[in-house]
Amino acid sequence: MARPVRFNIHPILADPKRQIQLTNMPDGHTGEGFFATRLSDVVGLARKNSIWPLPFATSCCGIEFMATMGSHYDFARFGAERLGFSPRQCDLLMVMGTIAKKMGPVVKQVYLQMAEPRWVIAVGACAASGGIFDSYSVLQGIDQVVPVDVYVPGCPPRPEAILDGFMRIQDLVGHESLRRRHGEQYKALQESYGIS
Amino acid sequence: MSLTNDFIKQRLIEKFGDSIAGVEEPYGMLTFEAPKELNLKVMQFLYEDPELRFRFLTDLTAVHYPGQPGREIAVVYHLHNLVENIRIRFKVYADVLKPDIFTATQLYSAANWMERETYDFFGVNFVGHPNLKRILNVDEMDYFPLRKEYPLEDQTRIDKDDAMFGR
Repeated sequence: MARPVRFNIHPILADPKRQIQLTNMPDGHTGEGFFATRLSDVVGLARKNSIWPLPFATSCCGIEFMATMGSHYDFARFGAERLGFSPRQCDLLMVMGTIAKKMGPVVKQVYLQMAEPRWVIAVGACAASGGIFDSYSVLQGIDQVVPVDVYVPGCPPRPEAILDGFMRIQDLVGHESLRRRHGEQYKALQESYGIS
Repeated sequence: MSLTNDFIKQRLIEKFGDSIAGVEEPYGMLTFEAPKELNLKVMQFLYEDPELRFRFLTDLTAVHYPGQPGREIAVVYHLHNLVENIRIRFKVYADVLKPDIFTATQLYSAANWMERETYDFFGVNFVGHPNLKRILNVDEMDYFPLRKEYPLEDQTRIDKDDAMFGR
């Protein structure tokens, strides 16, 4: 069983220049009293800094999420202070924890009740792929029932990892084209999940 | 007189005679077995007798022994006497081809869901149960997962690398 390790073998050294990220304003044309940019950039900027997540916390990853929401790791910094438990009012479905096969249709139903634009993040090994529970009763990854945008690996992922996943969702939200959800590829994706 | 395992054994043998078999005391808990037709009579006796008073059903589960033909499915009842704090274990055996056991729901309400779980995982048919259907697994499942012939792993996966997962 001795196979060489292929992933995560190059150590990432600390780089002071990279650690501090400044948010730049979007590219645009500026002048005396006005700033012109693309609509998708402005909309993306507004959306990404005010995502309302729906924490679908099932097991241990839910506890890590609770820690992320606490003051030390502070999820509220990212604009996600107001968690909603109604899918009708939320943008981001955060599935955190083991989903059993019996729970699969429930996750799908919650996803169907969300309004566009909606994103899904699978936090933890169980939501991403069934995790350690390769068994007859555990759904081997929620991407069997809903389309997922970001996967956060870990068992459980540290709050920093959850925040990193959330920041990638923010990147996706910020750079999303306004026409994406009307396009062929998106429709085909939804069809493959059964008009998800 | 305080309730001891010997006293319980003696009362059971007085009442049921040869039907009580397999008496042992692993870790101090009296364990005995009876034919499956008598399971309700034994439990009712243990419930109603004023000195025995085993009025609490702690657990109801099953074990699958594939190596004992004719006695493959063992249904195990754990009974507890709350007043004297004594626990006993009562087993009945059934053939895997015809695992019909009388239901204990009339006597203990807790047996309702516990028997549904036992049915769900082992296929034990509890005769007289008000609502015997699957409780923890998906309703469409057509097999009984905890029987020894079925593996733990999900058989519908195609992307798992057997070498990495030690299979």
